[in-house]
Amino acid sequence: MLYERFKKWIVAAELAMALVFTPILIGQGKKMIQIKGSDTMINLVQILAEEYMGKNPKATPIAVLGGGSGTGITALINGTTDIANHSRDLSPKETNQMWERGVKPRVFAIAVDGLSIIVNEKNPLNQLTMDQVGAIYRGDVKNWQAVGGPAQPISLYGRQSNSGTYAFLQEHVLKNKNYSPDVKEMNGNAQIIEGVAADAAAIGYAGVGYVVDKATGKPMKGLKILNIAKDAKAQGYSPTDKAAVDSGNYPISRALFQSTNGKPGADAAAFLQFILGPEGQKIVEREGFYPIGAKYIEANTKNLK
Amino acid sequence: MTKQRLRNLKESAAKAFFFTNGILAIVVLLGIFVLLLASAVPAFREIRIKEFLTSAAWDPTSPVKAEYGILSMIASTVLVTVVAVVIAFPIGLGVAAYLSDVAHWRVREIVKPIVEILAGIPSVVVGFLGIVLLGPALAKLFGKTHGLNALNGAILLAVMALPTIISISEDSLNAVPSSYSEASLALGGSRWQTLIRVKIPAALSGIIAAFMLGMGRAIGETMTVLMATGNARAFPHGLLDSVRTMTSNIAIELGEVPYYTTHYYALFAIGLVLFIMTFGVNLVADVVLRKYQEREQ
Amino acid sequence: MRLKQAAKKKIVQVAGFILLRVCLYLVLAVLLLFLYDIGKKGGGAISWEFLSQAPRRGMTEGGIFPAIYGTFLVTLVTAVLAIPLGMFAAIYLNEYAKQTRLTRLIRLSIRNLSGVPSIVYGLFGVILFVNILKLGTSILSAGLTLGLMTLPWTITASEEALKTIPNSYREGALALGATKWQAIRTNVLPYALPGMLTGTVLGLARAAGETAPIMFTGAAFALPILPKSLGDQFMALPYHLYIMATQHHDIARVRPLAYGTALVLIVLVLGMNMAAVILRYRLRRKRR
Repeated sequence: MLYERFKKWIVAAELAMALVFTPILIGQGKKMIQIKGSDTMINLVQILAEEYMGKNPKATPIAVLGGGSGTGITALINGTTDIANHSRDLSPKETNQMWERGVKPRVFAIAVDGLSIIVNEKNPLNQLTMDQVGAIYRGDVKNWQAVGGPAQPISLYGRQSNSGTYAFLQEHVLKNKNYSPDVKEMNGNAQIIEGVAADAAAIGYAGVGYVVDKATGKPMKGLKILNIAKDAKAQGYSPTDKAAVDSGNYPISRALFQSTNGKPGADAAAFLQFILGPEGQKIVEREGFYPIGAKYIEANTKNLK
Repeated sequence: MTKQRLRNLKESAAKAFFFTNGILAIVVLLGIFVLLLASAVPAFREIRIKEFLTSAAWDPTSPVKAEYGILSMIASTVLVTVVAVVIAFPIGLGVAAYLSDVAHWRVREIVKPIVEILAGIPSVVVGFLGIVLLGPALAKLFGKTHGLNALNGAILLAVMALPTIISISEDSLNAVPSSYSEASLALGGSRWQTLIRVKIPAALSGIIAAFMLGMGRAIGETMTVLMATGNARAFPHGLLDSVRTMTSNIAIELGEVPYYTTHYYALFAIGLVLFIMTFGVNLVADVVLRKYQEREQ
Repeated sequence: MRLKQAAKKKIVQVAGFILLRVCLYLVLAVLLLFLYDIGKKGGGAISWEFLSQAPRRGMTEGGIFPAIYGTFLVTLVTAVLAIPLGMFAAIYLNEYAKQTRLTRLIRLSIRNLSGVPSIVYGLFGVILFVNILKLGTSILSAGLTLGLMTLPWTITASEEALKTIPNSYREGALALGATKWQAIRTNVLPYALPGMLTGTVLGLARAAGETAPIMFTGAAFALPILPKSLGDQFMALPYHLYIMATQHHDIARVRPLAYGTALVLIVLVLGMNMAAVILRYRLRRKRR
């Protein structure tokens, strides 16, 4: 008799589950535009997506995920994303892989970044040369004393190998040598900033949009942004100096890219046009980065066709 | 078909059905091992096994030369695990002894659910507390500039392994026949002497099993160490170094690796090493526990 | 002389017991510290908006409702996989299996499965569910991975429940001419079912709090819409907390929100644990 009573409950539970599950299983999820990749760009692209979706409520929703430039490009190769955000150029290995898988990337530059070298505000230094930064991150120089600072071991903060910023720095500043194994490899820009702000002996790197407090225009609390000089004789420039970044006087500037596989589909193309247009570029500036210049605009227009 | 034969058929069907479910556990375990193995083997087409296991340099994306040595990671895992167990074992044993021998039964009724609560805290929350609570505290304590290091991870892992160690040790202590303790007390020993010299040695196998299972828990923990140990790839030289365990490395790199490359396969190879390590630890614990059970019979 | 010896024994005992008590206080203090920190700093972020709204402005404002919803869905899939399979396996182990080598091997496998690192389950999920079975990164992949991880728990918990049914129940039915399966169906299962479900809730609570198995099989951080089918990606509380604490682009600003997420997650997991414990307590009382 007890079993009969339970039987009713069991059947009821099964019916309830069926009712819940069938529409979930059958209802085809509304397709979203997937954007994956650079942590440097995720904040920027998320806000661009939010504003775009706000202005176009009927447009296909856009999901912006992170993971690092490497992750985004990998997803493009694997076919698991529509747009890849990356803060560095495609590597030869990646281009080869794309060839093998039949992926034909179209690259759009959507913003310009001055990659900033940051130290704790207690650090007395104000400027370093490219070579010095490279030596520090390669592990050749281990103490602040060697570059004119206090006698204290340098505490290195960096990103992980999936980061475009990591790769860009490695190529252009470390001259394609290995990073020191003592770099504390943080999961994202914000963790680097948190670490450097709390660690008097620290050095770190992040996109300029992260290190400047947008409300005040000054560096974030606890940070000092170093001027970087091309070599020992040249003048040092700050990444917050728009003219220096534009002209190339600031030596570590780079473009921020979005790539699609082949010609972007209608939905993705509409979003890209929003980003590359005046509204999008205004948001880029608002978020602390720099708008694209003429040479990029031309290449972008060509790729959209 | 006669009613009897129908009944027999239903009976065998039921038995077969349950049997397939029963061996499910073996199937899954084997499945994990086989799939890991199959995904790890292609890595060794390009990586020499000796280099994999004995080189301390892990740098698969290096523009100079891709390195695939996991020795630093193994050392980091071992360092963090050993320190965690060294912290957790005496404390856990102490709590277990207290609960089984000293505490009033009301205290037991309250403390046991509390220990279960500790066991229920998700690992990501523990890791979060490592970042926001323990890290700054350690930095201040040791005069360092940051607190994300092996010690942080070890302390957190100790906290996570404690409930396992406590509950299994307590069960073992409770299972010691009361005749043992009664004999000791009758011979004039104090309760403390009985505990130390009679009960704990009698329950030793169970306690060792608790120790091993706690260690297994620590080896396999992912999120806590990922968030709290700093993730530097270097070979660890001390407790205050930032370290990267095998589990953290997989979690960090799995999302960004292109499928079916050497790097991808290498990550599965690390997973295989992990699987073998935890399997080994669990196997030893199992053997010890079984010897203990047999001896009691 | 004998008095001195007795006194020394007593002193050692008192000291020893104090040492044990210190161990206990240490453990309790740590737990209290953890809960207090999260409770205090997370409590400030909790509000109805926080629990019912979606995130805005890149997760710096708004709430975590999609993460709660996603965790609920993926735990549901976990339950659908782990509970029946766990119960059936437990029925085999407790009712049918004889003490053979095979049975010992099964139990060994169960114990080993519960010791496999969660990230290895994640790896397994990526190979099997995402790639080989082509389920992609979805609630289904993540739920199945979590289900496999929870299986050892549900098997063990169900077995414990079955063990508490006295043999007289089974023998009574068999004596009346029932077959083994009939005896189980009518005389064991109805009484064991509540206990089995109680135990499995504990396993589900653990699954709800896991991050590593879902990180690469379907969890995502910022999705603009709620998942509409099991094949969609989803947001989940533990993954949300992880990203907010480590990879978010404005960690300092969202720290309070991270605390709030941690609090919600703990309340959810501990709530499930407590419900299971209370249920178990009530059942035991009824049985007596």
